Amino acid sequence: MILLDRVTKVYGKSPTPALDRISLHVEPKEFVIVVGQSGAGKSTLLKLLTREERQTSGKIIIGGIDYDKLKDKNIPLLRRKIGVVFQDFKLLPNRTVFENVAFALEIVGMSNHEIKHTVPKVLDIVNLKGKENSMPRELSGGERQRVAIARAIVRQPKILIADEPTGNLDPKHAWDVIAVLEKINRFGTTVLLTTHNQEIVNKLKRRVVTIQHGKIASDRAHASYKL
Amino acid sequence: MHRNWITFLRIVRTGVINFFRNASLAVAAMAVMVVTLTIILLSLVVNTTLSGTIKQITDKIDVSVYLKDEVTTKQQRDFTQRLEALPNVSSTRYLSKDEALEAYRQENIGNQELLQAINQTDNPLPATIRVKPKDLDRVKEIQMFLNKTENKKLQSEEPSYSGDRKEAIDKISHAANVLQRVGIAGIALFAIISVLIIFNTIQMAIFNRRDEISIMRLLGANTWYIRGPFVVEAVIYGVVSGLISIGLIKALFIASSSTLEASSLGLLDIGYAERYFNNHFWILLLIQVGIGVVIGATSSIVATRRYLKFKTTKK
Repeated sequence: MILLDRVTKVYGKSPTPALDRISLHVEPKEFVIVVGQSGAGKSTLLKLLTREERQTSGKIIIGGIDYDKLKDKNIPLLRRKIGVVFQDFKLLPNRTVFENVAFALEIVGMSNHEIKHTVPKVLDIVNLKGKENSMPRELSGGERQRVAIARAIVRQPKILIADEPTGNLDPKHAWDVIAVLEKINRFGTTVLLTTHNQEIVNKLKRRVVTIQHGKIASDRAHASYKL
Repeated sequence: MHRNWITFLRIVRTGVINFFRNASLAVAAMAVMVVTLTIILLSLVVNTTLSGTIKQITDKIDVSVYLKDEVTTKQQRDFTQRLEALPNVSSTRYLSKDEALEAYRQENIGNQELLQAINQTDNPLPATIRVKPKDLDRVKEIQMFLNKTENKKLQSEEPSYSGDRKEAIDKISHAANVLQRVGIAGIALFAIISVLIIFNTIQMAIFNRRDEISIMRLLGANTWYIRGPFVVEAVIYGVVSGLISIGLIKALFIASSSTLEASSLGLLDIGYAERYFNNHFWILLLIQVGIGVVIGATSSIVATRRYLKFKTTKK
């Protein structure tokens, strides 16, 4: 599902690469946790996957799409196949909760009827019933986080990338979010989660990939957090 | 097809909503646009009026050729034919001695003494051919033709070139020409400046929403799905500004015709301008709205471009 082969990313004229010959293979329906300190290269890795940045060298193939052969005009199509929960939410500030989630469906040309049917269901999954007409600025951090998750999963993507989705949440809400991710994973979505939260890593008992100084320091199944 | 239609409607709808949500910016952009469009339209009307007025004046100019009394009808016809064959002659009109007298009487109807003096003598006026030139600047060609000996001997006296009248008209048309050129240059300059201002205003609006654009990009929205609403918004600026500016000029005409009551301001025949404006109202409206739409759409397309680009460098 996700294949990285000796991927290196160097920003500008920086002497040290942000990512240094990373190789990673993620099977369909797998749940992978990526851990690492700030600046280790996690964010760069995710930006390469969403094609926000281009790798300096190496190969990236996701869902059969070779990023080197991907034309600009097809980038939107790629991004529609990947759900992303951004660390800073990236909600549209001038749109309501409902409209934010609906936007993901609007851009693929779904009819209003289908959207009205689908969005409430997803908002229900992330426990945001009743907040449909709120604007993002009226919500707490946790609620915004869950809007972002709802938006990422509403298209039922094959791959879900969640960048620190529990970063701003208290433990109870953090576990709610993790529960949603696990649920989506059970339905067949490949999940790539980055987190700092040791407790979550330890309890999930999933494959853990540790990134240090732009390199993969360890890659273990059912691992716990060690840094 | 159905899907494209939904998408198109969504783009338009979002554009309209954004127009109202960004009201303060819309007002700023439209204010500049209205000024630009109004000046462009005014200059168009003034220009047309100036050339219209000049044409009206120059149409009245002709060259009068006076024939000797002994010239026969055949000679006169032959002479007229040769005159009409000249490239710069647009038409001729022959006045017999009686007709010339009648015309003279008509022209001096207010001057009783003169008329009485004329009545007391035999008809002193010669038969006349009035020649209307096509191009006033090339009257010399006609003059040269008339000065040829075989033509000269048919004439009782020097032809009249509406002498001082022509000189005055020359001055007027020269002034109008200069005025038109200065006007066009000034308007072009002003139009460029205001297009830049409009462009900047729209660019600022889009700069404020660059995060929104990048979010939409990350969610996989197409270029036109993101850009469309901005273009729709700017097109609305254009349409509204076009309507306001034509309304302003309409109001200006109504106000000027009631307060000035004069039909002309020097060279500028306001009555003519108003007639021109009213007769061409719909086409002018279309031009105004068209210019507004083009300026708005172009600026928003150019301004969104940089935020819609994908990273192409590997560094």
